[in-house]
Amino acid sequence: MSVLVYCEVSGGSLKKASLEALSEGKKLAGALGGSLNAVVVGSGLDAHIDAIKNHGAETIYVADSADHENYVPEAHLTAVADAAAQASATVCLIPATTRGRELAPRVAVKLDAGLIEDVTGLTGEGGTVAAIRPEYAGKVYRSVKANTLPMVVSTRPNTFDAVADAGAGARVDLSLDYSAKAKVVETRKAGGEKIDVAEADRIVGGGRGLKEPENFKLVEDLAETLGAAVAASRAVVDSGWRPHAEQVGQTGKVVSPTLYIAVGISGAIQHLAGMTTSKTIVAINKDKDAPIFKVADYGLVGDAMEVLPALNAELKK
Amino acid sequence: MNIAVLVKLVPDTAAMIRLNGDKSGIETRDLNWVLNPYDEYAAEEALALVEKHGGEVTAVACGGDDQVEALRKVVAMGANNAVLVKREGEYDQLASAKAIANAIKDRGFDLIFTGYRTTDDDSTAIGPMVASLLELPCVTEVNKLEVGDGTLTAERNIEGGSEVLEASMPCVITAQKGLNEPRYPKLKGIMMAKKKQIETVDAEAGDIRTATTTMDYPPERPAGKIVGEGVEAVPELVRLLREEAKVIE
Ligand SMILES: Cc1cc2nc3c(=O)[nH]c(=O)nc-3n(C[C@H](O)[C@H](O)[C@H](O)COP(=O)(O)OP(=O)(O)OC[C@H]3O[C@@H](n4cnc5c(N)ncnc54)[C@H](O)[C@@H]3O)c2cc1C
Ligand SMILES: Nc1ncnc2c1ncn2[C@@H]1O[C@H](COP(=O)(O)O)[C@@H](O)[C@H]1O
Repeated sequence: MSVLVYCEVSGGSLKKASLEALSEGKKLAGALGGSLNAVVVGSGLDAHIDAIKNHGAETIYVADSADHENYVPEAHLTAVADAAAQASATVCLIPATTRGRELAPRVAVKLDAGLIEDVTGLTGEGGTVAAIRPEYAGKVYRSVKANTLPMVVSTRPNTFDAVADAGAGARVDLSLDYSAKAKVVETRKAGGEKIDVAEADRIVGGGRGLKEPENFKLVEDLAETLGAAVAASRAVVDSGWRPHAEQVGQTGKVVSPTLYIAVGISGAIQHLAGMTTSKTIVAINKDKDAPIFKVADYGLVGDAMEVLPALNAELKK
Repeated sequence: MNIAVLVKLVPDTAAMIRLNGDKSGIETRDLNWVLNPYDEYAAEEALALVEKHGGEVTAVACGGDDQVEALRKVVAMGANNAVLVKREGEYDQLASAKAIANAIKDRGFDLIFTGYRTTDDDSTAIGPMVASLLELPCVTEVNKLEVGDGTLTAERNIEGGSEVLEASMPCVITAQKGLNEPRYPKLKGIMMAKKKQIETVDAEAGDIRTATTTMDYPPERPAGKIVGEGVEAVPELVRLLREEAKVIE
């Protein structure tokens, strides 16, 4: 029995979601009575090996080559399958990022294993894997167990704690034989040093209550003061005020930051679906009966255009 | 161009979801069912490509007779053929994907479109799984697509940016919002769809690897408080965030 965690390096950095998966994998390996191992694919990976080791990996399978500077889905798939075979992995954990969402199902096919996606809870009692996953955009939770092993499980980012706990970290280099029927030819970073909504620890979300796109400047200013990412409701995304990458909700991103400030957002069920697992929710809305107040820990009834500058000034004090 | 669109009927995203008596699943009575929103983008892209390059669109759904409604919705949009891969009872993603892959493997599709995710089970598995089962490339969460001669170029958002991928065809594409504006079916299409002959094939799926133990509601958030009104309430809000919630310094 062993657990294998896919560690994602993209844009030159090791994703925090990978460390979260390693820590969860360590617990799972303990419960199943096996070892924790990791696999990482990319170029210039030496810089990331220590972090993987320090989060509990006993063996680290490394596919490092200049060919992997850009993402080649089939290469990552082959690497995970190779590492899973070498480590006799019974459970493969993959963070449910954009990449993980496509990789996990393909690894499941390659290993002829079952798949449990985007889990928010994971246990390994009784020699098998059981997990909890939100469905219907978090309106209900399903508890699922594996009928057979091996099993591929993807873990929801920002849900599990990353805990340092060093493992042996023995390095095994992989040489890969794959066909590249699809490959990334260009990567573009979002403007400036913007924090991505899906990864942000603090988020300020704006909705139609901001009245016009220019007023998002107030949201951006507050976000900057807080070191937060800007999010948007679908109403303003559909109006073309904000890009879809910022949309939170059932047909946008599901987020669980420490702090979510909803400004001029009514709190439609599809929006709530994307953010009610946030730790602390603040709502600023002119209508005291807006549904958003039902999920907000702290509500402030008022005009966003007046409250936002005042809030920003108060925080800077 | 010979294109498949995989589709599924799901509860309306505005629906209240209630669990059934023994908490083994959701209460399906009184729900309003719609085509999975992302499957609309998938269908639109397939139809637009066929309008441009010629060819046929085949809608494929796997499930019970209720899924015929999903197929009719795509036929109403303009799809030429509809196939129901028939199965009953609980399935997991791998079993569904195998059933779908087996049903379409010999039909010579140049492109297979799926939604990137379903809004019911919130999974993102079927497209990538079908691709792997058929040994095809797969590009997921696509919001811009250009199809050339035997190759395609696709864009998608990733954390912190976007990326452009090139892939050979045949290929599986999973559709994200932004790819296009789905058309509304015209009355004529809706009438035709009602009479459309649906081809039915039996599912060949293999073992089911996961089982549901139970379903539950998420823990309820404790009732919050209204801190106050207008600008005057701002200092108190900040104090609470600092001292009570401890989420800011
Ligand atoms: C299939 C489907 C999927 C969907 N997916 C999503 C999704 O992923 N995400 C999402 O967000 N929505 C989604 N929606 C849309 C959702 O139903 C709502 O329409 C949308 O969330 C409303 O956005 P809003 O709150 O910005 O606008 P509104 O509902 O118009 O609310 C504006 C709010 O601003 C307040 N306000 C007005 N003026 C001021 C002011 N001066 N100061 C302060 N407050 C003010 C108002 O009181 C009101 O509460 C989806 C809908 C469907 C059908
Ligand atoms: N039962 C099904 N029949 C046909 N297509 C499906 C089925 N389930 C899922 N799909 C397709 O796969 C996509 C992703 O589904 P899923 O992995 O279940 O979230 C959907 O948007 C559909 O295009």
